Amino acid sequence: MISIVWAVIFILLGPVAGGIIAGIDRKVTARMQGRFGPPLLQPFYDVGKLFEKEHIVVNETQIFYVVCYFIFIVFTGGLFFAGADLLLVIFALTLAQIFLVLGAYSSDSPYSHIGAERELLQIIAYEPMVILAAVGMYVVTGSFTVSDILAFPRPVILLIPGLFLGFLYVLTIKLRKSPFDISTSHHAHQEIVKGVTTEFSGPSLGLIEITHWYETVFLLGFVYLFFAWNPVVSAVAVIVVYLLEILIDNTNARVKWQLALKSSWAVAAIVGLVNLAALYYLRGA
Amino acid sequence: MQIVQLLVFLILFPLITAFFMFAVRKNGERKLIVSLSALAIGGVLVYLLVTAFDKGAVYFGVGSESVGMVMFAIEMAVAVFIFYLGIRYRNYLVVGLITLQSLAMIWYEAVYARGIEVQYSLFVDQFSLIMALIIGIIGSLICVYALGYMKHFHEHHVEIPDRRNWFFFVLFVFLSAMFGLVFANNIVWVYFFWEITTLCSFLLIGYTKTEEATANAFTALWMNLLGGIAFSGAILYLATLGGGIMGLDQLLASGKVIALLPAVLIGFAGLTKAAQLPFSSWLVGAMVAPTPVSALLHSSTMVKAGVYIIVRLAPIFQGTPSGYALAFIGAFTFLIASGIAISRSNAKQVLAYSTIANLGLVVACAGIGTYEAIWAAILLIIFHAISKSLLFMAVGTVEHRISSRDIENMRGLITCMPKITAMMVIGIAGMFLAPFGMLISKWVAIRAFIDAPLGFIFVIILAFGSAITVFFWAKWMGKIITVVPDKVHLEGKVDPNEWIALVSLAGLTVITCFIFPLISSMLLEPFLLANYGVSAQLSQDNITIMILMLFLLVVLPLSVLLPHHRHKHVPAYMGGRTTTPDMHFSGSLGMQRQMELSNYYLDSWFGEAKLRKIGIGLCTAILAVMFLAVALRGVVL
Repeated sequence: MISIVWAVIFILLGPVAGGIIAGIDRKVTARMQGRFGPPLLQPFYDVGKLFEKEHIVVNETQIFYVVCYFIFIVFTGGLFFAGADLLLVIFALTLAQIFLVLGAYSSDSPYSHIGAERELLQIIAYEPMVILAAVGMYVVTGSFTVSDILAFPRPVILLIPGLFLGFLYVLTIKLRKSPFDISTSHHAHQEIVKGVTTEFSGPSLGLIEITHWYETVFLLGFVYLFFAWNPVVSAVAVIVVYLLEILIDNTNARVKWQLALKSSWAVAAIVGLVNLAALYYLRGA
Repeated sequence: MQIVQLLVFLILFPLITAFFMFAVRKNGERKLIVSLSALAIGGVLVYLLVTAFDKGAVYFGVGSESVGMVMFAIEMAVAVFIFYLGIRYRNYLVVGLITLQSLAMIWYEAVYARGIEVQYSLFVDQFSLIMALIIGIIGSLICVYALGYMKHFHEHHVEIPDRRNWFFFVLFVFLSAMFGLVFANNIVWVYFFWEITTLCSFLLIGYTKTEEATANAFTALWMNLLGGIAFSGAILYLATLGGGIMGLDQLLASGKVIALLPAVLIGFAGLTKAAQLPFSSWLVGAMVAPTPVSALLHSSTMVKAGVYIIVRLAPIFQGTPSGYALAFIGAFTFLIASGIAISRSNAKQVLAYSTIANLGLVVACAGIGTYEAIWAAILLIIFHAISKSLLFMAVGTVEHRISSRDIENMRGLITCMPKITAMMVIGIAGMFLAPFGMLISKWVAIRAFIDAPLGFIFVIILAFGSAITVFFWAKWMGKIITVVPDKVHLEGKVDPNEWIALVSLAGLTVITCFIFPLISSMLLEPFLLANYGVSAQLSQDNITIMILMLFLLVVLPLSVLLPHHRHKHVPAYMGGRTTTPDMHFSGSLGMQRQMELSNYYLDSWFGEAKLRKIGIGLCTAILAVMFLAVALRGVVL
């Protein structure tokens, strides 16, 4: 069943939670690098400042694409938290992501163009794995709807550990963390300036940042789903996963897109084949 | 009016129009006849839909021995014609194949035909209705588009002899044959119409009579003749060992013991016609023809005949090793053709490989053959036909303005021809984005595959294939929506006939998504229920969500109409270099350079030569397994 309440809660509190997570992320990262780090609420101050700036664009269509990107990411997360069909959620996510790519293409700028191409490569790198993770959940629970998977009484993770690890692998791409922050990065070491977001500034860039917060919350929700039979375990799992991502981010150099794509596909193909074959065998037996 | 009269009308009326088209040489008169015929076909189709949609499968015993004789006579005339062309162009492969095929049919006609009585020669059910709607509506729109396109075509290419009356003649014969193919229950009739579509596509591909066109036309011909031989083999088998079963309904009811071998043979013919690997090259080569031909071959006719017959026979394939082999050929074709599409920058080639890929998915669904898979297959056929014809025609219209069909030359299309670009964007979105048709179909296909035994392999192939699809469509879309301020406006006045076709198809792309639940419940679900005893459907929640998404996508672009203040504009970031408005900057040593952007084609990964070789090898091997499996089964039984 679809529950509008959770979708509304996500829409209202998603960016708050996402912003705080980003704040914690920066704090933990700073400690790992031996710095003190900014205050917890720094991401909010940053975005607030972006919205105060003059809205400068390369062309007017950019704004349209960014607004669509924002709307459809919120829509994606809303669907997910409302308990809708997981595949539909994934397709909505792709649609949203394409809008960001189109926004980057629209500006006819070399840096954002390369960013757009790389963003597309990232999409095709993570998408098969995410679909296979959803398929794994379906084979285990008999349903694609998030609410049914959530209500499944046994631990899903025990039957699809391979798919979970695969999902973790591509989660790094989705969270834009090193070594897979190839289309744009929160770090200052990008050779393509800011990639997809190069030509966005002021409120547009602020909106992209808020969208990213929504997306982070949605993705952690996806992680939660693997452990959904026990809320405490899931909460711990989500925290551990995010801390792990921060650790990976800070201990790895960015790789080339070739390696990112090749390795993501190899991981998806291997864990997909092995884990799903095992599930089918169990189902048949 | 009775349903049977409507069916006969739909088969014969385009044929009559065809002869008119042959006689008429003035463009004005041609326009009038084509428009009136399109309206007539459309009207009759709607009437047929209203009268027949709730009746299930209805069979008719029409025609007599004389009809059979006429068909045989035409077949022989066609054979002599092809034989003559084969000799004239020294293509002895074609000569050999047509001889073999004719001998088989002469043998059948002389020895067995008399003794075989087919009770029902024509029929219509919901699947035929859907196919007829696709052929009639999209086919007619393509003919209307061709009116404008061919005029420009001959203005641009004065070196090519203007044989437009011949062109439109073949176009309408093609439509007639397609109607015949989907309404025929007598397998010999199906075969007759099948061969006519082969001939028509051969003639249309070779229309310009250039060396390349002729060579590609012959490639299409020999590959399809190979399928034709398999088809005639199936007829001979049915006449002899099959005990004279010659109706599709009887074949489907006869059980796998008898039906599997002829079904595999006809399925093989379907693979050649649907341009599946290893027979994909003819469809890629077919793009030398004028754009309306490509649109027709790719969307509503020809390749759709191939998948139609495979989907029709799907209950026989279901659960057999041969069925799985068929499904694997389809699945690998989907994966490999999608990959090749990444490496192509020629728009028509991208479209061609995408067609091959999507048909592969249909074949994969049909090979699996469960009710859910068939549901997905038919949805794919519908949505693919609409979006693909739209895209071909949009590319054709653009090509006449920029004299190129290369995607790299379409940079900034939205600045210089915004309206056509909008049509193209709708077409591309229809091919790969939620909540448009093709994505709905892929979604349904995933669900169908999961529930089948060994289905996870297909799910994995589909997951990778559809990700690859995202890449080549999105980069194309990105290219054309790039805003390039210094481009001049090139759109000019779009020919009204082209415009009608483009707008109608763009409208259909969106509308079919809105009314898809209706199509499903009125036509698809009853068909599945009648043939499989179960029916598939999407949950109400999902339909609501998709309609909401679609609504958002329709409404959001309207936001540009809202009053808004202009923002401050700055040029794109060029690393701090001084750059002129047309993106010239001073490079090293003071050289003036222009900024150029190009998409990724990843040739070393997805190169055509490499992937095609792999695909042909792999799929030929699976074909061998398919025949081996059915032969072994014959031995065991």
